[in-house]
Amino acid sequence: MCTYITEKTKIVGSAKGPNEWMRIDTANVYFDHPFHAPLDHTLNIDFVSDAEGGTQRVAVELSAESARALIRKIEAALASGEEAYAA
Amino acid sequence: MSSYSGLSGECVMMKGDKGDMIEAYYAKPSGKGPFPGVVLIHHAPGWDEWVLEATRKLAQHGFATIAPHLYHREGTGAPEDIAAKARADGGVPDPQVVEDIAGAMAYLRAQPEANGKVGLIGFCSGGRHVYLAAARLSNVDAVVDCWGGNKFFDNKNDPTKRPVPPIELTDKITAPVLGIYGNDDKNPSPEHVNKTEEILKKAGKTYEFHRYDGAGHGFFNVPKSAYRPEQAEDAWKKIFAFYKKYLAK
Repeated sequence: MCTYITEKTKIVGSAKGPNEWMRIDTANVYFDHPFHAPLDHTLNIDFVSDAEGGTQRVAVELSAESARALIRKIEAALASGEEAYAA
Repeated sequence: MSSYSGLSGECVMMKGDKGDMIEAYYAKPSGKGPFPGVVLIHHAPGWDEWVLEATRKLAQHGFATIAPHLYHREGTGAPEDIAAKARADGGVPDPQVVEDIAGAMAYLRAQPEANGKVGLIGFCSGGRHVYLAAARLSNVDAVVDCWGGNKFFDNKNDPTKRPVPPIELTDKITAPVLGIYGNDDKNPSPEHVNKTEEILKKAGKTYEFHRYDGAGHGFFNVPKSAYRPEQAEDAWKKIFAFYKKYLAK
């Protein structure tokens, strides 16, 4: 059964789809059946602009394992990058 | 005479809840009929290509079938993007879905090729929706629940959109119920299925349940890893036989 459990967070930034860049203000994060990935369940992130109606999105569907690896790499990149620019 | 009869499929507009015009996919067998009707309710991922294929499959087997796009009001764009928006908003309200189903039933009965009988079928969240609609609407002739979960407790998550757990309305169901479930599914789990059967039995309802080993959630969905060909083929046969029994006139 698909759930409606969604973690939402406000974000500041931009995302690029197939055609052009768009401003984004919200990330919808959920673990559910994917649309495209050949897996039963995936960690899905939809980057959207709620201010623009929320129907355009940049979406990813990741295996649970690769999503956790991505979290670690994001943390590592932030730590090393912020340290480098603080110097 | 050819081995297979023809069919036609097209996107139509139909009247849904509060008179809103919403899009739907309507597939019917070739010929004048009369044909029994089926309302097909899509799964939570939306009004996608597989849903349209399932609609045509029912038409191929003799049922004029309409699949309303329950997320039509969420905006325009690719159906999967609209489904993602609906999901992020917590899904669509139960009362609206029930009236959209009523509108789809009225659309079918208004067609010149209709025999007047209308069944429902729903997948995933659509299974939950048709169980609910079978309790809320008085003129359903047969209902098929394919792995509809969240029948017991969904109102705790969103009492505005899902005010009553469908299982609590079981006593109001008048149509015969066919249930199709995978024993590896987590929602509905085998325990949920057993409990649902127990409640239907206690209420004296006409029902038949089929449980499949080696199958989980969404095992009809051909492009997905959940697809189980042998179980799906058997279950489709059960569905066609059930509808032929209860939707003939």
